[in-house]
Amino acid sequence: MSSDQPFITDESRVVTETRDSRMTGQGDRFNSRLREAFGSSPFILTKFDKFLNWCRGSSMFMLQFGIACCSIEMMHTYAVKHDLDRFGSGVPRASPRQADVMIVPGTIVSKFAPRMKRVYDQMPEPKFVVGMGSCTISGGPFQEGYNVIKGAEEVIPIDIHVPGCPPRPEALVYGVVKLQERVANGEAAPVTVKPYELEEFSDLEKDELVEKLTDQIDEDELVMRYNFADSP
Amino acid sequence: MSLERPDTPDDATIERTPDELAELLGDLVVGRDDHRNAPGFVIRPDTVQQTLSRLKEEAGYDHLSLVTAQEYENRYESIYHLKKFDDPTQEVSVVVPADTDDPVSESGEPVFRTADWHEREAYDLIGIEYDDHPDLRRILLPETWQGHPLSIGYDKDRPQIATLPEHANPLEDHHRDAESDTMFLNIGPHHPATHGVLHLKTILDGEQVIDVEPDIGYLHRCEEQMAQNGTYRHQIMPYPDRWDYISAGLLNEWAYARAAEDLAEIEVPEYAQVIRTMGAEMCRIAAHMLALATFALDVNGDFTATFMYAINDRERVQNLLEDLTGQRLMFNYFRLGGVVWDLPEPREEFFSKTRDFLDQLPGSVEEYHNLVTSNEIFQMRTIDTGILPPDVAKNYGATGPVARGSGVDYDLRRDDPYGYYDELDWDVVTEDGCDNYSRLLVRMREVEESAKIIGQCVDLLEDWPEDERNIQSNVPRTLRPDDDAEIYRAVEAAKGELGIYIRADGTDKPARFKIRSPCFSNLQTLPEMANGEYIPDVIAALGSLDIVLGEVDR
Repeated sequence: MSSDQPFITDESRVVTETRDSRMTGQGDRFNSRLREAFGSSPFILTKFDKFLNWCRGSSMFMLQFGIACCSIEMMHTYAVKHDLDRFGSGVPRASPRQADVMIVPGTIVSKFAPRMKRVYDQMPEPKFVVGMGSCTISGGPFQEGYNVIKGAEEVIPIDIHVPGCPPRPEALVYGVVKLQERVANGEAAPVTVKPYELEEFSDLEKDELVEKLTDQIDEDELVMRYNFADSP
Repeated sequence: MSLERPDTPDDATIERTPDELAELLGDLVVGRDDHRNAPGFVIRPDTVQQTLSRLKEEAGYDHLSLVTAQEYENRYESIYHLKKFDDPTQEVSVVVPADTDDPVSESGEPVFRTADWHEREAYDLIGIEYDDHPDLRRILLPETWQGHPLSIGYDKDRPQIATLPEHANPLEDHHRDAESDTMFLNIGPHHPATHGVLHLKTILDGEQVIDVEPDIGYLHRCEEQMAQNGTYRHQIMPYPDRWDYISAGLLNEWAYARAAEDLAEIEVPEYAQVIRTMGAEMCRIAAHMLALATFALDVNGDFTATFMYAINDRERVQNLLEDLTGQRLMFNYFRLGGVVWDLPEPREEFFSKTRDFLDQLPGSVEEYHNLVTSNEIFQMRTIDTGILPPDVAKNYGATGPVARGSGVDYDLRRDDPYGYYDELDWDVVTEDGCDNYSRLLVRMREVEESAKIIGQCVDLLEDWPEDERNIQSNVPRTLRPDDDAEIYRAVEAAKGELGIYIRADGTDKPARFKIRSPCFSNLQTLPEMANGEYIPDVIAALGSLDIVLGEVDR
């Protein structure tokens, strides 16, 4: 918000009596520096989108979502000492329906990717994702694993990647603050079709594997198909 | 002295020579396949139950520590690693070969309940089928997975399909009548009380749990495969940090270090052993602090303050560990033959920081007792709930604070000494309550014991002569243990007995690397503790088990 200030008033034109009366009427504790900057006018002039983005970026509810090692550092980020709440994003919500931001703290494996996609889908728009740690970037140290998804970006869109194994709490704080900046500027990762999507079993292309599984899986059951040969 | 066992030896604890064991087993034995740690008896695949029960009943081998499965070029093999709870240095391996074309072997589940999950894992990853197993299906991978990933010739590039099924209530029909009905409840895999990505399939009758089945595998990130792809000297050591990631890194690293050092016959200098002991106990404190923090939160959401206090204490330990190792969480500090570097300079500053921490610890522990353990609400929720009787705990292979909370006096630091533990003065903590409360008390008292150990290590390190500070022995650049050398070694990690089985094939990488995770066995006891209890008590029981999913699923 540094380059483009939306709230500029011309001090010389301020009708000071009005301002003073407002101030005295409210008592001292309502007088913030922002209040003084606004002067007498209780109104500001800005674009609605800009204002809303500023609000969004300044108060983010995080999804309480622990996966692996990184979630330990994530807990430390929320707790004393690092205290993510200082930056306006420290309210962990247990339900995805109440959350704005999902921090993905760990390795995504084949059994979990459909569940993560489901949790992501349950979050209301607009929603943002911070990928925490190397596993969410590429699979990290487990990239060679037969069961590991090579990065969370294969499944859901990610706004900010925080590298590290695990990233220090300071790094996560930096990542979240960067995300807030992006949100306030109205930027978000594009929602595109991902390599691995949840789809109904009957919609899959009929190949050898699908034929083999027809007895085990119902037609309308949701499945995720992994093409490990093509993953990065 | 405190390190001696109070029990008097009876028949079960008498050590038998391998020949006496062979005599006891008689014609069940068809060959010998001795391991570095224990005699190994080869038996026919249809006599597993008979052999295991004879060893259990007549020779006192009451602890099935691990079931290892592996595939050779010409056969499959399951190994049952047996120990005694009274003396874990007495070990025996039962080796069961199975045919390559039709790998069927009898299940050991009727003798040792813990074999249930271990054999399911063997079926899932290797592909051995177990006759007479109550419920043989995949445990770590999705049920629609194709192939067995740790078998020879598995193609890891083949496509796979994972499902997102709607879970059905298996008891719906035969529990329904005019008055009662059952309800199926999914807890997890994304749920704040499951400590990660655990899925509990719970069936409720009213508010009572009549069946709970842990569904695991949501964090199965192929740790065994990763270790089998790495070279002994440097490439494996970073991975143990990520099994039990609740700051218990050094304890896990020690498990690998101990197994590999014994396999390759590497000596560790005494000075390095003292540093290892000190670092490992710092990790134990950090791990138990988180166990306390999350358990209090599980029991009552109003214990957020306790969570913050405990995290604060963890930060203190983590600062010390960061000074020592250079990392907050994934230390990678141990090397085969010692540790990577000496204590940080200036040493006096590190010692005084450590002492400061130890000095304030009794005050913190007392605070926790005031806040948590003497809290009436907390006591009402935890005392006499989640009962785990000692014989059940043993049958399931439970170890660590879970077993010690049930009065099973079993701690590998004392019973199978390694490092510097046998030179120091400390006590093994047990509680007889068998309930959620006892398990927490054991952890809190263990924190005090760990502090005692750290204090003694600091004293030793402070007076260590400067020219004898040898942090690493001479280790060859490339380690190639003998072909077909096999070893199983365990250490006391934060959650219990963390063991590693390694089979060498003459190259610089292990041919089979199997991890015995304490949480895997401990979590298996959950249905025993939870059935018949109310739903909040299930959450409390789960919290008191202190599982970490990275280690359950590996």
